[in-house]
Amino acid sequence: MTPPGWTDELTRARLHVVTGKGGTGKTTVAAALAIALASGGRRALLIEVEGRQGIAQLFDSPPLPYAEQRIASAPGDGEVWALAVDAEAALLEYLAMFYNLGFAGRTLKRMGAIEFATTLAPGLRDVLFTGKIKETVGRTDDTGRHRYDAVVLDAPPTGRIVKFLDVTKAMVDLAKVGPIKGQSEGVARLLHSGDTAVHLVTLLEEMPVRETLDAVAELDGADLRPGAVFVNRVRPDRLPAGVIAAAAKGRLDQAEIGADLKTAGLTLTDDDLAELVCETVDHATRLQAERRARGQLKKADLPAIDLPELTGGVDVAGLYELAETLVEQGVRRVR
Amino acid sequence: MTRPEIVDIDALLDNPATRVIVCCGSGGVGKTTTAAALAVRAAERGRRTVVLTIDPARRLAQSLGLRELGNQPKPVRIDGFEPAGELSAMMLDMRRTFDDMVQATAGHGRAEQILANPFYKTISTSFSGTQEYMAMEKLGQLAATGNWDLIVVDTPPSRSALDFLDAPQRLSTVLDGRIIRLLSAPARAGGLGIRKLVGAGFGLFAKAVSTIIGGQLLQDASAFVQAFDSMFGGFRERAAATYTMLRSPGTAFLVVAAPEPDALREASYFVDRLASEGMPLAGLVVNRTHPVLAAVPPSRAVATAEELEKTGTAPLAAAILRLHADRVAVASREKRLLARFTKAHPGVAVVGVPALPTDIHDLAGLREISLRLAGA
Repeated sequence: MTPPGWTDELTRARLHVVTGKGGTGKTTVAAALAIALASGGRRALLIEVEGRQGIAQLFDSPPLPYAEQRIASAPGDGEVWALAVDAEAALLEYLAMFYNLGFAGRTLKRMGAIEFATTLAPGLRDVLFTGKIKETVGRTDDTGRHRYDAVVLDAPPTGRIVKFLDVTKAMVDLAKVGPIKGQSEGVARLLHSGDTAVHLVTLLEEMPVRETLDAVAELDGADLRPGAVFVNRVRPDRLPAGVIAAAAKGRLDQAEIGADLKTAGLTLTDDDLAELVCETVDHATRLQAERRARGQLKKADLPAIDLPELTGGVDVAGLYELAETLVEQGVRRVR
Repeated sequence: MTRPEIVDIDALLDNPATRVIVCCGSGGVGKTTTAAALAVRAAERGRRTVVLTIDPARRLAQSLGLRELGNQPKPVRIDGFEPAGELSAMMLDMRRTFDDMVQATAGHGRAEQILANPFYKTISTSFSGTQEYMAMEKLGQLAATGNWDLIVVDTPPSRSALDFLDAPQRLSTVLDGRIIRLLSAPARAGGLGIRKLVGAGFGLFAKAVSTIIGGQLLQDASAFVQAFDSMFGGFRERAAATYTMLRSPGTAFLVVAAPEPDALREASYFVDRLASEGMPLAGLVVNRTHPVLAAVPPSRAVATAEELEKTGTAPLAAAILRLHADRVAVASREKRLLARFTKAHPGVAVVGVPALPTDIHDLAGLREISLRLAGA
């Protein structure tokens, strides 16, 4: 049995990593999750690492600089902050912790040496990103309280997620000594602890579900903690349960449907009636595929949380709508 | 509203002057499926076709009879598939393509030296951009054989469609080796000259970088670059030749998208980029659309559904009307998104491919997609 909803364990997590197959709506879910976790007077930070300014587009705001800024409020006096981590800026920031680079930093940036260094060692980028993420999770104010109650990461897609999070392994190849080694051990500790949950976004389609299951197995294997599965873009169940199988096979009584519609005052041509039936058969076939997908998803044995399809598309209002659905399903942060 | 022209897929496939079709677009939009379906249709219409897929989903690969990474095209042999032309398919093996290229370009002793270098392993398997570069290299090789009338190419599953054009340049910069030389031996490579150029901070930077990524890696990189130096010219020439082919009239780019804001935004960037590079665009393929079939106004459908729900006598008829109204809502959103694209790119022909209710796992599915692509 799949446990429903948000677990107690998840209410205590401080870092929520959101991954999923490309096209499943990972950024949208991450944003809605940040709003939900910030609800009720909390402060959440939403981070993106792939430089595509997805957060800014979603919140309809100008491109984010490499600095944390408030991007939205959450119901009940909550705040959502956002940060787009940039590898170059993170490397310079990191170097500045240990060396006084002065003007050299700017020169290096201009000649592309930093871009070069971060692409030369493929893991370096991820090391810098996860290092920055850890810093935001652990940051406290003067009173010792955490700056953010929750940090939500719009993470790389499922295919890359374990490689991304498992910096310890990357470090074996990269640095055997030096300051970055010590730091990366701290990052690994956070990511492998109960403070971190890796959520998976999926659609009720075969491929995304398969990738989700693969990713869960991979996460388990790497001793990283899978959190919840967010089933995105769930369509309302319109058809009466008894007819789905028959409808998928095309066994619908067109004449009877026509007669029923007529009693309610809608008289259709045979063509239109046939097309309506076609749309229904199409839908029923899809429903069956969705049910199979849901059955498969149970194998993950993770809490599943549904998010409805927004027929109007995702805009800022839509994000709040999704956040509300999350809160209704128990998503919250307990200090 | 301006109505875009519709992409005439059959005319494109039938035209003997069309030698290469490149399917590009952001990840998750169904590029590989589109490429495979186009190839199936081209073969059935009589052309000797090969499809180069990059990272196909397992079932899609199986539907083409591909079971493993083979770095050479294999004829597609499936019961009931007897095309008038020919169809071969292959999956790109990035590492093997790179190895082959090194062996073909470098002298024998040199090649061994390069292939054994640890840094080469990093570059050939996990450098971002290698896949794109190798896809182009393979395309160049396939074209050079002269065995095919038509080559259909899928592009790597990158976040941005632009990566396909930009990544080879990135790799080229690394292999060019100037920066590697600077980093690995700043004093020897440049002495005072370099200092003047980049400022005194460079030595410090090189030190910092080598602390972070490890001195060994830099040494490997340096050795690799020295060995690679002799073949670098040839390497760049090949890439330049492929690039020229992409700009030739025998090539057609099809930009693939889904009716989603992100995917269409990427498509939009890519269309602009193709125009500025002088690369021939055949049109936009919008996968997984949900066109409305029945001409029943949604307000009418909802009102009637409410009527039926009141009495509760015909739940199925009511549900059918609700479904129809949902479908109209989705379709109008998709139309709105597409209209926005067309407004920005009025000259770009578009073809919508209605969604199949299930995943594609066999040739019949690919054929169905190809019919929808061709508007047949």
